[in-house]
Amino acid sequence: MISLLLLFNTQTKIRLQKWYISYSEREKKKMIREIMTSILAKRLPSCNFVEHNDKKVVYQRYANLFFCIVIDRNDNELLALEIIQRYVEILDQYFKNVCELDIIFNFEKAHFVWDELVVGGEVQESSRSEVVRAVLDQDDLQNFEIENFS
Amino acid sequence: MTPPVKGDGMRGLSVFISDIRNCKSREAEVKRINKELANIRTKFKGDKTLDGYQKKKYVCKLLFIFLLGHDIDFGHKEAVNLLVSNKYTEKQIGYLFISVILNHESDLMRLIIQNIKNDLSSRNPIFITLALQCIANIGNKEMADAFAQDIPKLLVSGDTLDSVKQSAALCLLKLLRNSPEIMPTGEWTTRIIHLLNDQHLGVVTAACSLIDILVKRNPEEYKACVSLAVSRLSRIVTSTYTDFQDYTYYFVPAPWLSVKILRLLQNYPPPDDPSIKSRLNECLDTILQKAQEALKSKKLQHSNAKNAVLFEAINLIIHIDSEPNLLVKACNQLGQFLSHKDTNLRYLALESMCLLATSEFSHDAVKKHQETVINALKTERDISVRQRAVDLLYAMCDRTNAEEIVKEMLGYLETADYHIREEMVLKVAILAEKYAVDYTWYVDIMLNLIRIAGDYVSEEVWYRVIQIVVNRTDVQGYAAKTVFEALQAPACHENMVKVGGYILGEFGNLIAGDPRSSPLIQFELLHSKYHLCSPQTRCLLLSTYVKFINLFNEIKPQIQHVLKQENNLKSSDVEIQQRSVEYLQLSMIADADVLATVLEEMPSFPERESSILSSILQKKKPPSDLANQQQKEEKVEKVEKTVMNGQNYETGPKIQTVNNNNQIDLIGLNATPPSNKTQTVLTSTTPVKSDQEALLDIFGGPVPVVAATVPPVQANLDSLFSDTFGVPTQRIASPVQEIPQFIPILSIQDNHIQFVFKNADILFENESIKILSKCEYKQNLARLSLTFMNKSNFVYQNFSVQPILGNDSIRVLPRPLDSNVLQSQSQLIQILNCECVNDFSQLPQVLVQFSCNGTQSRFELNLPIFLNKFFDPAQMDSQTFFSRWKNLGNPGQEQQKIFKANYPIDKDRNSQILVSFGWSSLSGIDPNPENFCGAGIIYTSTQQYGCLYRLEPNRQAQMYRLTIRSNKESISKRLIELLDNQF
Repeated sequence: MISLLLLFNTQTKIRLQKWYISYSEREKKKMIREIMTSILAKRLPSCNFVEHNDKKVVYQRYANLFFCIVIDRNDNELLALEIIQRYVEILDQYFKNVCELDIIFNFEKAHFVWDELVVGGEVQESSRSEVVRAVLDQDDLQNFEIENFS
Repeated sequence: MTPPVKGDGMRGLSVFISDIRNCKSREAEVKRINKELANIRTKFKGDKTLDGYQKKKYVCKLLFIFLLGHDIDFGHKEAVNLLVSNKYTEKQIGYLFISVILNHESDLMRLIIQNIKNDLSSRNPIFITLALQCIANIGNKEMADAFAQDIPKLLVSGDTLDSVKQSAALCLLKLLRNSPEIMPTGEWTTRIIHLLNDQHLGVVTAACSLIDILVKRNPEEYKACVSLAVSRLSRIVTSTYTDFQDYTYYFVPAPWLSVKILRLLQNYPPPDDPSIKSRLNECLDTILQKAQEALKSKKLQHSNAKNAVLFEAINLIIHIDSEPNLLVKACNQLGQFLSHKDTNLRYLALESMCLLATSEFSHDAVKKHQETVINALKTERDISVRQRAVDLLYAMCDRTNAEEIVKEMLGYLETADYHIREEMVLKVAILAEKYAVDYTWYVDIMLNLIRIAGDYVSEEVWYRVIQIVVNRTDVQGYAAKTVFEALQAPACHENMVKVGGYILGEFGNLIAGDPRSSPLIQFELLHSKYHLCSPQTRCLLLSTYVKFINLFNEIKPQIQHVLKQENNLKSSDVEIQQRSVEYLQLSMIADADVLATVLEEMPSFPERESSILSSILQKKKPPSDLANQQQKEEKVEKVEKTVMNGQNYETGPKIQTVNNNNQIDLIGLNATPPSNKTQTVLTSTTPVKSDQEALLDIFGGPVPVVAATVPPVQANLDSLFSDTFGVPTQRIASPVQEIPQFIPILSIQDNHIQFVFKNADILFENESIKILSKCEYKQNLARLSLTFMNKSNFVYQNFSVQPILGNDSIRVLPRPLDSNVLQSQSQLIQILNCECVNDFSQLPQVLVQFSCNGTQSRFELNLPIFLNKFFDPAQMDSQTFFSRWKNLGNPGQEQQKIFKANYPIDKDRNSQILVSFGWSSLSGIDPNPENFCGAGIIYTSTQQYGCLYRLEPNRQAQMYRLTIRSNKESISKRLIELLDNQF
């Protein structure tokens, strides 16, 4: 099960975090700090997995942005890596060449896209076209509401 | 630059985000945020006419501020209000805010649940999905209570949209995680299982996760899923990548679903139905075969997805653990990955191999890769990978490769990353103990371990070293010698000083014959470290010093000098001060025999589970509640549990720490307030002599007028001795089950051969009684104390110990017992004074009797008193030796035995055995330096007998010739018997 999705850049600015386990704010901050430290400490080339207590962090760097997800120890690491890839592909398709700024200014959209892919910490939909269609449907609805209500 | 914004673009939000990004400093950012918070607060409070859009915008700003890492303590109500809106975008932001910010105990929860209820019953599937996702994100108990009925219905209903079904499945899963009691059973079971047959692969994927947790909760109920899962898997595995359209990921058909099915199947044993079983095996075989085929794309995504399925298939093969063919194939595949250029694959291969190493079918196949793994340890650049290599080496270690693996791990420790050193130290310690054939090797490894990674050697590790050395006579001399050498290093770790201090204090005498390690040199070497050590270690060293006074009387003045020093006698550390005072007094007032009694060699530690092992097991155990994870771990544990002297640790209660009270309290003076104890010793030095007990008198020990009239002294002394024994008066781990009826003991099997070389140990133990023996000798006299410990929950009455007459050669005189009642979980000490009248080969015996619940126990006990105990070693030069040797040349005086070596021929070990046998081991006497010879005098009441020996090893033939000459045939014969099989 995925317990956290975390996006941060090389300056350790957090761009997105989504938790699936309830921790106190303090615990969350501590965990994020530890994860960032251990990932940034890695020299390239290295493997994309880091152990963290009883969990495993799987991460991938895209440009200056690190995408990491925290999974259980016996979860499948390679597929975790590919769910990150799938997420990035979908963001890329949706934002047309996604960059960090898109995620900053549309953080809620970044959340919504992820929520189509993963629900309650489990992969809900692995098909790219299904996810993209769902997100575009949301946008249509939004535009419809703007046109008709405002 | 104008930021790219999607959709309606809340302009105010974009401006705010830009502002924050333009802040030059953290202070400026905080200022801007506070301004915004104040603004939003006024809007929420004052402006009653805020429309949905504005509310949404402000809630979104709050969310953004929160995600920047600031606390948000208002706006929750406004967010919940957004849920009421019939506009999708407002609802959506409301739900997002709740999922991200609200904690489980919010007082708005009832309101939220009400809104979710409304949305769930909405006709608009997109609202239903929002509501379901919110439940799946929060999923607390209240939600479980509120929605446990509705969600399963939604899940299996024919009217539900596929996307809603997907959310519903995962939503139910989340609720089940926190509230297992809402488990759907009965009619739901079949319908949920049949989701595995759904047309829509997205629905199957989500349902598979749900079924996985249902199966974990109730495997029997959901058993039918196995055959459906296998046929689903089979269809995927045999399909081509074009069959699944968008569910094919980079030419790999449905990798997410495949992996979920493979994991689902790991909840069950291999299928009983032969056709399902063979179908599953075919699937697994196909997956392994596909791994050998050429890649369909050069993209990393392709190989990752393909290997994800492969690794999960291997996990299932390991789980099934009954298909040797598949296991070996899997192992070969992983072997290829070990040298793959992709670091991730090397990492995963090492990890999977750890599990393979625990299977009897593939353990040997894994061992073939030992060299590659060792190489990984040395050359991998990523620490996570090196760590996996360490784990694998540990898992693949067995008797055949232990020496090399331990060597490599030790080597790696010198450069290992700091945060894995402690775990590595534990692993090395466990392997060294588990696979030690030759305990000198063990001692070498452990001392090296302390030298290389002293900081990471936890207490339990060095305690264990001491326990093993104390319990193994054959290694004590070697340990003393080695630790003495290690201490000579200019800088040595404090843990080395601790181990060294303890070992020399106990066994320093074994190397004191060598002028390079004479008593004074030993003492000065230890004391040169003293001022660098912590108070705890100093205390330990003080105990060593007082033991030295007993062992080497000649250096008493130097030690007393140290004890008198101001920094000890007036130390600010109360423990140091107390020890200095007490030891000083002890050394000044008590005579040699009292000292010898108080400072007797430590008895063997009872064999227990190594606490090192428990500590590593604890490390391994994840706090996760996922049964599957535990299953995986259990496998590793199973192997580990069989470590350490083998038997029954699996069933017995776990004892966590080994010798808590031995930490500092090394001679056990701390069990009752120490000042009293010193007094006990002091008063007992003015004994009132009693004619009847002349025998005892020779020991100069504490002699009460009549034992019964001065019980306090006696009792205190007994407890002093028993403390020295390290025997707790109360068992900490009391038996869980009561023994319903006491089974009388009518005979016992006792084998005392270990007492030939040592004076204190456990004589006998079963579930109801434990007998410890401790003995001191002086010429032809012996004082034996037997401690009887009642381990049962019953009281033993009429307890008595009587000598069995008939052995005239050795006389046994029991002292009266303090009491003839042995309470449950307590102990009685019987002192026996013995006199060797003539040489003997039959062990003296006593009859032990007691009654319990009306049944009489009565058994004979051999006393561990051997002829060689009455030896005094004799020193002589070569000329004297050989002239005496010649004089004892009459027939019968010489006994000879030629025998095969039982142990590797080792000079130090042999010499030590001979010395602990009681006679001397003289060097430079025999023209052949390989040979041993020595002499001793056996004291009996009637006569003294001189005995000489020569032990001639033949390394080529691995044989020995032992020749013993004495002036009595029966003595020579007996001594040969006693030394039989010891070399």
